[in-house]
Amino acid sequence: MDIVLSAKDINKHFFDPIDNHVLKDVSLQINRGEFVSIMGKSGCGKSTLLYILSTMDTNYEGNVELHHQNLRGLKNTELAAIRNKRIGFVFQFHYLLPEFSVLDNVMLPALRLGEKDKDEIEHDAMEKLKMLDISETAKKLATRISGGQKQRVAIARSLINDPDIIMGDEPTGNLDSKNSDVVFDIFRNISSGKKQSILVVTHDLDFAKRTDRIIEMADGRIIH
Amino acid sequence: MPPGVLLKIARTHLLARKRQTAIASLGVTFGIGTFVILVSFMTGLNGLLDGLILNRTPHIRIYNEIKPSETQPIQNSEKYKNSLHVIHSIKPKQSKISIYNNQPLIAALKKDPRVKGITPVVGARVFYVSGAIQLNGNLFGVDVQEQTRLFNFGDYITKGKSENLANNENGIIIGAGVAKKLSLNLNDYVQVISTTGQKMRLKIVAFFQSGLADIDNMQSYVNIKTSQRIQGMPRDFITDIHVKLWDINHAVGMAAEIRNKFQLNAVDIIAANAQFETGTKIRNMITYAVSITLLIVAGFGIYNILNMLIFQKMNDIAILKATGFSGKDVRRIFLYQAMMIGIIGGIIGLIIGYTGSVAISKSPFETEALPTIHYFPVNFDPKFYVIGTVFAMLTTFFAGLMPARKASKVDPVEILRGQ
Repeated sequence: MDIVLSAKDINKHFFDPIDNHVLKDVSLQINRGEFVSIMGKSGCGKSTLLYILSTMDTNYEGNVELHHQNLRGLKNTELAAIRNKRIGFVFQFHYLLPEFSVLDNVMLPALRLGEKDKDEIEHDAMEKLKMLDISETAKKLATRISGGQKQRVAIARSLINDPDIIMGDEPTGNLDSKNSDVVFDIFRNISSGKKQSILVVTHDLDFAKRTDRIIEMADGRIIH
Repeated sequence: MPPGVLLKIARTHLLARKRQTAIASLGVTFGIGTFVILVSFMTGLNGLLDGLILNRTPHIRIYNEIKPSETQPIQNSEKYKNSLHVIHSIKPKQSKISIYNNQPLIAALKKDPRVKGITPVVGARVFYVSGAIQLNGNLFGVDVQEQTRLFNFGDYITKGKSENLANNENGIIIGAGVAKKLSLNLNDYVQVISTTGQKMRLKIVAFFQSGLADIDNMQSYVNIKTSQRIQGMPRDFITDIHVKLWDINHAVGMAAEIRNKFQLNAVDIIAANAQFETGTKIRNMITYAVSITLLIVAGFGIYNILNMLIFQKMNDIAILKATGFSGKDVRRIFLYQAMMIGIIGGIIGLIIGYTGSVAISKSPFETEALPTIHYFPVNFDPKFYVIGTVFAMLTTFFAGLMPARKASKVDPVEILRGQ
C-alpha cells in the first residue's frame, strides 16, 4: 500500500494557561485513496492533530511525513507550498473569500501554484464545479449562495490542485442531513478514484460509520 | 508563482471597500497635489525674484576701486623696517578709474571656456537736465546687443526697442523713474551733463524699468562711445567689465583668479547677493517641510485603514494561508494594497497639482515693480512631479509595511479553530 501521510509519536502541549498535554504519542498512517474519519469527544485533541498533520501547526514533537517527505525543519514558505500542492482543506464554516466570485475562490489556489495558465485553470475549476453540480453559481459572489453550496465550493477549491489528501474539520458540522449526505457522497466519489485520500474530523457518527476507517481518540490518545 | 494572483487579491480587497480606499487615496492626493502646487509656485516665485537680480547681474564684475594704497612708501624703506610707522590722514591718490590695459584682459576672458560672454561697460556720473530741473544719475555705456543676449536686457524695456540704441549714436535708454520725474516721452530729447561739464543732447529711444525704484530713478543706458565722449575719455576707457559664466558656481573661484592675476577688483555674484540665495533656500525648506508633513499625515491615514482592513480580513488571511499562500505572499498582498492606494492617490494628486498650477499661472498678477510680468510665475519643472511620485510611493510603502507584516504573522490555526 502507498502511504500518503504518516505521523509518528506526536506529542503536543499547550502551555497557556497551564501545561496541557493534548496529544500523547499519537501515530497513524493514511493510505492512498483511503477515506478515514477521526472521532472523539470535544477536547480529545482530534482537531489539534488535524492541524498538525495539515502543516499549519509546527509546534509539536514527533515526525510527520507527507508524500514520503518529512515536514520537520521545513521553512514556512516551503510548508505553504506543500499545503498549496498536496493538501486540500474543507472547514466547518465553509470559509470562502467573500469578495470573490465562486469561480475565483476555486481558482485561487491553482493561480498561486502557477503550474497552468489562467484559461486552463478556469476550465479545470468549471469542471470541478460541474462535477459538484454547482456550475450555475460560478459567477456569483461567494456570499450570495446557500450554505450547502458554499461547502461544495469549498470542496471544489480543495480539489483544484489535485492534492494527495483532503482534510476536513467537521465539514458537515454546519449542514443539514441532506447536504451532509451530498458532501459524503462527494468524498466517497473522490476517494473511490483511489488517487486521493480523505481525512475528516467529525462528530457525526452516521457520517463516520460509512467511511473506510474510524480513528477514535480520547484524552489525547488514539484508542481504536 | 505569478504575482498576478496577489495583485488580483489586493485589487479585489480594495474594490470591495471603495469608500475606505477613496478616503485613503484622498490623503495621498491631497499631499501630492499640495506639494506640486506649492513647489511649482514657490520655485516659480523664487525664479522670478532671483531673475530680478541674478539674471541681469553679471556673475563677475571687474572694476578699479578707488581706495588708499595698502603700502605706504615708508614701509618699503630698509632703514625703518623694524620701526613702528604712524601715518595720519591717508587719502587715496588721484588715479584713473579706468581699467588699465584692458584689451589683454578682455582677450583672456573671451578665451576662457567657463565664460559665456563679457560686456565692457563705461560708467559715468551725470546730471539729467530738462528745463530748470537737474537730476543726478548714472549713465552706462554698453554694447546693447551683448547686454540683451547675456543679461536679458530686453525684458526690462517697457517702451521702445533696445535695438534702437545700436542704430542711434546719440540715443539713450532712459530709466522709467527719470523719465517720469522729468516728464519725458519716447523720441524726446534730454540734456545730459557730465561731472566734467560736458553737455550732450540725447534722443530717448526706449524706456527701461527694472522694478527696483532706486535703479529706475537714476540709471540710463547709452552706447559705449557716447559715454566715453561725454566724459572726454579715449576709446580704451572702460570702467567695468561684466562677465557672464555658463555655470554660476564658478563665479567665486574665477573672481579670486582675476583679483590675483590682474590686480583688479572682481566681485562675484554670490558674494554680492548672498541674501537671495538664503531667501531661496528658506522658501524651499518651507515648501518641502509642509509637503512632507502632509504626506506623513496621509501615511498615517493609510496605516490606519490597512490596520483596520487586516483586522476585518483575519478570516481571509487564514484561508489564504491554509490554501497555500505563505506569510510572504500575504505581506505582499497588503503592501500592494498600500502601493495601489499610493499610485491612485498619487496620480490624481499630480493631475490636481498640475491643474492647480495651470490655474495659478493664468491668474493675473500685475505689479508696478515687475513691468514684464502679467501672471503669477509658476515653474512647471517635471522634476517636481517625479519627486512627488517618489514621495507618494515611499510614504505609502512605509505606511503599509507594518500592517502588512502583522498580516503575514497571523496564525491560521488560531483563526480556523475559532479561538
